[in-house]
Amino acid sequence: MKKYTYTEKKDTRSGFGAGLLEAGKKNKDVVALCADLTGSLKMDAFQKEFPERFFQVGIAEANMIGIAAGMTIGGKIPFTGTFANFSTGRVYDQIRQSVAYSDKNVKICASHAGITLGEDGATHQILEDIGLMKMLPGMTVINPCDYNQTKAATLAIAEHEGPVYLRFGRPTVPVFTDPDQKFEIGKAWMVNEGTDVSIFATGHLVWKAIEAGEKLAEMGINAEIINIHTIKPLDEKAILTSVTKTGCVVSAEEHNRIGGLGDSIAQVLAQHLPSPQEYVAVNDSFGESGTPDQLMEKYGLSSDAIVKAVQKVLARKKAGN
Amino acid sequence: MATNIEQLTKTASQVRRDILRMVHACQSGHPGGSLGCTDFLVALYFDIMNHRTDFSMDGKGEDLFFLSNGHISPVFYSVLARSGYFDVKELATFRKLNSRLQGHPTTHEHLPGVRMASGSLGQGLSVAIGAALTKKLNGDASLVFSLHGDGEIQEGQIWEAAMYASANKVDNLIATIDVNGQQIDGSTEQVLSLGNLRAKWEAFGWDVLEMNGNDMADVIRGLNLAKTKTSKGKPVLILMQTEMGNGVDFMMHSHKWHGIAPNDEQLANALGQLEETLGDY
Repeated sequence: MKKYTYTEKKDTRSGFGAGLLEAGKKNKDVVALCADLTGSLKMDAFQKEFPERFFQVGIAEANMIGIAAGMTIGGKIPFTGTFANFSTGRVYDQIRQSVAYSDKNVKICASHAGITLGEDGATHQILEDIGLMKMLPGMTVINPCDYNQTKAATLAIAEHEGPVYLRFGRPTVPVFTDPDQKFEIGKAWMVNEGTDVSIFATGHLVWKAIEAGEKLAEMGINAEIINIHTIKPLDEKAILTSVTKTGCVVSAEEHNRIGGLGDSIAQVLAQHLPSPQEYVAVNDSFGESGTPDQLMEKYGLSSDAIVKAVQKVLARKKAGN
Repeated sequence: MATNIEQLTKTASQVRRDILRMVHACQSGHPGGSLGCTDFLVALYFDIMNHRTDFSMDGKGEDLFFLSNGHISPVFYSVLARSGYFDVKELATFRKLNSRLQGHPTTHEHLPGVRMASGSLGQGLSVAIGAALTKKLNGDASLVFSLHGDGEIQEGQIWEAAMYASANKVDNLIATIDVNGQQIDGSTEQVLSLGNLRAKWEAFGWDVLEMNGNDMADVIRGLNLAKTKTSKGKPVLILMQTEMGNGVDFMMHSHKWHGIAPNDEQLANALGQLEETLGDY
């Protein structure tokens, strides 16, 4: 098992804030819109540096999406910022018609995704957003795993032509990816090469998968861990290459098991390489109040849950089902 | 170029013929609102707006128009074609398979002149504001126009946008509401009363004007007056009184023709009331 270490924990939303500021410095057409959550989204640095390119829209997310779509006409590259719940479910039709169907170059940037939003509870903990966004034709869906990857992804989407949903979170998590990485949209990252099982993880579950990989190594299980940061377009080649080698799959994500990364992988495998698969995801329920760690444990998103899923899928592989 | 009301009126007669023939040919679409807004769109594209028919999505240096009530696509398509964005023959493909003239306007099929999909109501004012903000950022002094149905303003997003535009002094924007008092289920008064529209928009901080949308001279007057109100720190709103189905006697005074097509006999009757001035497509 390749060794990953970290010296600090940071929130992925701060990676977004840093990336947005840098994208703004690189390209004067980058503009930012926020629906009364500038501090939560870490957009304050951009606002301070580029006040004329920052648009406070108030608590009016539908209007924010529409304004962003209109701003692309004339060449601006708008980044919208609010919580994931208000970035997707609340404005689905606005994104569908004014952004996706209208082919607009809008970057929908969503913080506080999933249950790690914590104490605010289920009204704010969206677990359906990946599914909602990936179903839209032409939409790119990205869920980076740490501060550095989120920053790199933010820079990459500024240079990508087309609508993007960028999903990140609130809690501090280990910073373990390369600070100078080049983020390639749609290209999976090989975290650890292995032979026994393929663990495909996204977002906050990537570090959990690394922890699980270390536990599995102690048990003599050689897990391949792949970070699928881009859920759409999906790196089908990386998935099929890995599963051809390992013969079984665990998917891991902070999302409803219905409609997320696991389903995207299952669809690829069903078509090309039917294989046993176990899901580490929220089991079709809403969240609740609690600390992020408590919630990850309760809702089955821990490294131990990944270990158990691996054991189960290995048994299925052995039994031939 | 001096405004020629007579010529504009003739163009509007042809556009009304196009609308009826398009809707009849596919036996679907929305003739009522299209006929009511014909004079407005003809005035915009043939007189008021500074625009280019060699279409670019970015529209830098030219006035832009956004149709928010996308169901009146027949009038939009006819006016775009008649002003040179694409061949008028293409109007015959309206709502048919593999057409660029979708039931509701879209950029997805790359029809020149369309910059935003519309159909799901209430979204176009936000989009127009966005385009207006970009014009300001780009130092582009041209204007943004938008059109909305009166029923459409029952959508909450309109009021989010209305609040934003005045708070942020989006004063390079002229939004027009087609006040025909009709919507699918009946009159706006019966379905959901709009109350005092002028008072509402003024309370939201807009400069409000009124015009008769079915009197070409008054439309030209109203739009020119609206232009003089821009760049003064307030967004501009025109309450445009129209008659749904205007130009065809049996289509007026009712919401019945909001979204149904005339049969052969009704088409012949309607076309008999409208002079063919530029040649049917």
